[in-house]
Amino acid sequence: MRELTYAQAINEALLQNMERDERVFLMGEDIGKYGGIFQVTAGLLDRFGPQRVMDTPISEAGFVGAAVGAAMTGMRPVVEIMFIDFTTVCMDMIVNQMAKIHYMFGGRGKVPMVLRTNIGAGRGAAAQHSQSFHAFFVHIPGLMVVTPSSPYDAKGLLTTAIQDDNPVIFVEHKKLYATKGPVPEEFYTIPFGRAELKRKGRHITVVATHEMVNRTLRVAEELARQGVELEVIDPRTLRPLDQETILDSVKKTGRLIVADEGPVTCGIHAEIAALVAEQAVEYLQAPILRVGSPDTPVPFSPPLEQIYIPDEEDIRDAVERLRAYL
Amino acid sequence: MELSREQLLFLYTTMVKIRLFEERIQDLYARGVVPGLAHLYVGQEAVAAGVCAQLEPRDYITSTHRGHGHVIAKGAQLKYMMAELFGKKTGYCKGKGGSMHIADVEIGVLGANGIAGGGIPIAVGAALSSKMRGTDQVTVCFFGDGSSNNGVFHEGLNLASVNRLPVVFVCENNLYGISVSQKQHQLIEDISVRSIAYSMPGVTVDGNDVVAVFQEAGKAIRRARAGEGPTLLECKTYRWRGHHEGDPNQGRRYRSMEEVQQWMERCPIKRLEQTLLGKRIATRKRLQEIWESTRGEIDSAVQYAQESPFPQPQDLYEDVYS
Repeated sequence: MRELTYAQAINEALLQNMERDERVFLMGEDIGKYGGIFQVTAGLLDRFGPQRVMDTPISEAGFVGAAVGAAMTGMRPVVEIMFIDFTTVCMDMIVNQMAKIHYMFGGRGKVPMVLRTNIGAGRGAAAQHSQSFHAFFVHIPGLMVVTPSSPYDAKGLLTTAIQDDNPVIFVEHKKLYATKGPVPEEFYTIPFGRAELKRKGRHITVVATHEMVNRTLRVAEELARQGVELEVIDPRTLRPLDQETILDSVKKTGRLIVADEGPVTCGIHAEIAALVAEQAVEYLQAPILRVGSPDTPVPFSPPLEQIYIPDEEDIRDAVERLRAYL
Repeated sequence: MELSREQLLFLYTTMVKIRLFEERIQDLYARGVVPGLAHLYVGQEAVAAGVCAQLEPRDYITSTHRGHGHVIAKGAQLKYMMAELFGKKTGYCKGKGGSMHIADVEIGVLGANGIAGGGIPIAVGAALSSKMRGTDQVTVCFFGDGSSNNGVFHEGLNLASVNRLPVVFVCENNLYGISVSQKQHQLIEDISVRSIAYSMPGVTVDGNDVVAVFQEAGKAIRRARAGEGPTLLECKTYRWRGHHEGDPNQGRRYRSMEEVQQWMERCPIKRLEQTLLGKRIATRKRLQEIWESTRGEIDSAVQYAQESPFPQPQDLYEDVYS
């Protein structure tokens, strides 16, 4: 199969969905001629024109809210927020409008829209362009939260997101944009709420998201040579969350590490840990460990930023702590 | 342009309907029948009636936390509204939205909104959508003087202006943002001047004169429908009641009795009544009939709401996702 980068895979999903459904259009800052800050929308303006690839003024609350109105009245907008950090200036539109209109209006009106954005530190962009707070959105009933870790998943999940009648927060990862992987040319979907078992193993379950999936897989490869087998699960969507796959795995291994790039306190790690504590505590043979960002803003200085980012070493450390329970 | 007899009577009937609906809510709220918050529209009837009378059923509105008037004027059914205010399953939102969130996309009501200014970008999006779909639908966006200080007001007007969208921004300037007077929160007198920054027409009208509102809204809506872009229409009016039912002394802590009295003398319904009687468009008897039949409609709406069931526990989990 041909290989595409993660960014190209998303671009292809946008293109194919726009070709198939004229209700689909894009809004965002610098997504036109510029092609988006990460080149995800490159070439789409030439193909579909400024009506369907709208460069908006810098006014996130304005255009996210406009997408809500457009979605309620028959369109399927896909909005790009350049960095997840900027969603904070349109939180009202996301949390009070987009997420709860369907419920608040007793099922009158749907909001079929996608808000694409990205997380991840490591580009020296400091505290306001590097955060990973996708778990914010998992906290809000009414939103779907998608976290693709590969080009294949990015393309399939984005098509599902665009076709879904609910508002979706589609969280990309900056470090993944340039990574390559096999992506079919055809149009395909990946259902929400189905985790992928990335690697089978019998000793420790690691639930990992985004780039933490790839980091965990590298660690798993090393550890396998030492006789420790990690079972790696990528939930792919955090809401809905595939509880069954996670619980089944923990019931088998009896040990759990949750690896996500968000800050650990109140992160998705805590949610998954609580799920296991509530529903499978009797299977646990070891404490549940969390691997994520420390409780600090993202620092600028490169050595500090490297310490900040949860990486292979942090995963190895967690496994090391669990060795006592093997 | 002179209004026809039918048009004038229609405006009158709509205002009476809003007035009586709100007065009934005031009573039911005081007696503890209506739970939650109720922000009444009494005194502002001319704005909703005048603006919505210019709209077609296919057109959209977004409304505010003080939204009953807009929704009634856009054609909502009183019984579903009443049931919603009672928290009943038969209400517009199945009892999940209440007073501040009445919506019916079928009749173009894209929702009343509990966030000040929350409906502004949504209205802009609805207008964008109708432009993209190639329809001639117009969206009217209602909001208050307080909302015009909010970021989304400026973002929304700019977005609408730059895309020449078919939207009319109707600012209901009732002189108070909860307890803070407009003088305290804005140094401008006319909010319509803010249109200059977005290169669109800005008009201020007496919001208690339903004929004037109707005429100015008509111009703005025709302009929008013709593809000429948005307008900011400011309607100066006044709320007779407090910010909400339960507001201490109905707002007398922050405004004088005299002020309220002066505005009550400028009642939009009485004003039109004088015109109707003076020009012999309707007899006093005919007008009384309108009040009576509307009262009957409200009685049956209350009865419908009272007899309707509350939602069941399992309904809590419905409609989170579609």
